[in-house]
Amino acid sequence: MKIISSLAAAAALAAAVLVVPVHAEEHHFEYERQKWTFGGFWGQYDKDQLQRGFQIYQQVCANCHGLSRVNFRNLVQKGGPEFPEASVKELAANWPNKPLAGPNDDGAIADKKGNLLTRPALLSDPILGPYRNDKEAKAAQNGALPPDLSVIAKARDVHNDGIWYVHFAKMGRDVFNGYQEGGPDYIFNLLTNYAEPPAGFKLGDGLNYNKAFPGNQIAMVPPLSADNVIKYADGKGTFEENAHDISAFLAWAADPALNERKAMGWQVMLYLLITCVLLYAGKKQVWNRIPH
Amino acid sequence: MSGHSTYEPKSNVSKWFDERLPVVRLMHDSFVAFPTPRNLNYLWTFGGILVFCLVAQLVTGIILAMHYVPNDQMAFNSVQHIKRDVNYGWLIQPMHAVGASMFFLAVYIHIFRGLYYGSYKAPREVLWILGVFILLAMMATGFLGYTLPWGQMSFWGATVITNLFSSLDGVIPGLGTAIVTWLWGGFSVGNATLNRFFSLHYLLPFVIFGLVILHVWALHVAGQNNPTGLEIKQPADAVPMYPYAVTKDVFGMFVFLIPFAYFVFFMPDWLGHADNYTPADPLVTPPHIVPEWYFLPFYAILRAIPSKLGGVIAMVSAIVILVFVPWLDTSRVRSCKYRPIFKWCFWAFAFTCLALGYLGAMPAEEPYITWARIFTFLYFAFFLLAMPIVGILETPSKLPRSIMESVLGKPGSTGGHMPAGASAAPEKR
Repeated sequence: MKIISSLAAAAALAAAVLVVPVHAEEHHFEYERQKWTFGGFWGQYDKDQLQRGFQIYQQVCANCHGLSRVNFRNLVQKGGPEFPEASVKELAANWPNKPLAGPNDDGAIADKKGNLLTRPALLSDPILGPYRNDKEAKAAQNGALPPDLSVIAKARDVHNDGIWYVHFAKMGRDVFNGYQEGGPDYIFNLLTNYAEPPAGFKLGDGLNYNKAFPGNQIAMVPPLSADNVIKYADGKGTFEENAHDISAFLAWAADPALNERKAMGWQVMLYLLITCVLLYAGKKQVWNRIPH
Repeated sequence: MSGHSTYEPKSNVSKWFDERLPVVRLMHDSFVAFPTPRNLNYLWTFGGILVFCLVAQLVTGIILAMHYVPNDQMAFNSVQHIKRDVNYGWLIQPMHAVGASMFFLAVYIHIFRGLYYGSYKAPREVLWILGVFILLAMMATGFLGYTLPWGQMSFWGATVITNLFSSLDGVIPGLGTAIVTWLWGGFSVGNATLNRFFSLHYLLPFVIFGLVILHVWALHVAGQNNPTGLEIKQPADAVPMYPYAVTKDVFGMFVFLIPFAYFVFFMPDWLGHADNYTPADPLVTPPHIVPEWYFLPFYAILRAIPSKLGGVIAMVSAIVILVFVPWLDTSRVRSCKYRPIFKWCFWAFAFTCLALGYLGAMPAEEPYITWARIFTFLYFAFFLLAMPIVGILETPSKLPRSIMESVLGKPGSTGGHMPAGASAAPEKR
């Protein structure tokens, strides 16, 4: 017990020292901000774009990444891709990564061959990735963990660089424009900035060079490429469109209430503005009774 | 609460009730007939705004607690569940998160207003000190609340801040570590920590509520300060709280709701940090650990001092020093309006706080460290040098003889042209 607590004390001290932020290697990259239908004051998702984005997720991302905080039913909901319910039911039933069904009535969690019992997914089930847990994922992915993508668009951001007055000016600009699309902007830049490493750059084993990724070395192989464009139902599609559409889809996955929120938002703002005018008029009338 | 009551129960029922529990009388005297200085500007609407903020946080917080799960495996997903599946959870969660920021924004404006107009001077010392206690309780609540979503910043913020206590090892070996272990409920930040933080996060707002009642009580005993810093000397100096101060307060509150709603509906995540959307991972330290914006100036002071214990002492002193402000300031004049030198000290101090806020967000490297040290010195110099010395050396400019004179530019003691409402102010308080 004594050893444990002194070890813990050492660990606590070490943690205390380690967590003082160390400014690691500077990463300078100008993230190119994109135009999004859901950006700004009036922005709303484009459901066709979300449908195309889901196609990219299904054909490309889902090979490694889960979307476990999004349920199949969300794909039907208003403000999302709004697929027809019947087709999503079918999609769920045929989704390759099935939810576990064990223990069954006999208490078994696996069949006779040792495979875990599973069942087809329902509308109420989450959209699972191919791996049962992080360890299985790492074992299959050269030690790297493909993160769940449900909130990835909120977990990433593009930062404002610059000396302090530029910093404040950029902050002001972002507030004024209601800029909240750092996540999809980051994802788009990440997907479109794979490149050959510059001469002299030592790339780690199994890593790929990416100009937008902090540190420039990313385990994820280029998921989209200009040589292998995903074609949509209408037979069209470009590399850039692919990257745009999946970024928009992930933005929706992370923030499915955006349409409703922004639609209600301007009504609330309008109400507040009108009320303020009325309250000011009332206040003026009251105070006009006396010198002030 | 002091002075005679002007409440007259109208019906037999209210008369019967008033003789048994005069709570309606108390409310009438405190919030209807209460004499408020007639020259209050919009900075005085922040008291009401802060009450609104507290109630809004309580209401949204209680609803969130119905759906939130304080468990290290489930907390992150339960917040997502609230935002995705709970009816209007997408609205209530950002109202609470943005609400915390708005609460601090309002409280900082409120504090700076008090500093500028000398609201801490006799007879308002206790009122001011209660305010400092409220600020401390708010900071504790804000910190505890930020750990609850159990993202990366939650986890590492909790680790950094609780670890500050380990600096006490430098005083008595083992003491700090023992306190940290006790706070954590284990040997690292974990499930036990999260669970108790949730419990305390639910408790502290009610402590704040109690302190606010005392704060308002003390305010109503001493009476409100005002831009001139003069006392109410004659009936014409004051107007009854209703309708004069109330119409102004309600208008001010609705104006405040505009940026509040703007952030809730259009930029709910802008005031937070993207890293907090990555579930807590004890094995991965984020590259930059930064607290919420409202802690940044204090975080800059913490990091400006080379020794850990010294940094903690400086950070705690930066807040606790506010308790002594009523006695540090030696000037007999309250309001900076009539203090030609101290006025500039005040603005320099305001700039210092903003600068420290910026430096707190920057990485701990040069040139930021040197600047943080300079501004930390200036922060304390305001209290320990400017307040006592300027108060003695400065010659205040000429004060108006009364609040009414400052409003009309001439003494208005007759009150003959006063409307009925205004003269309802009590003769003497």
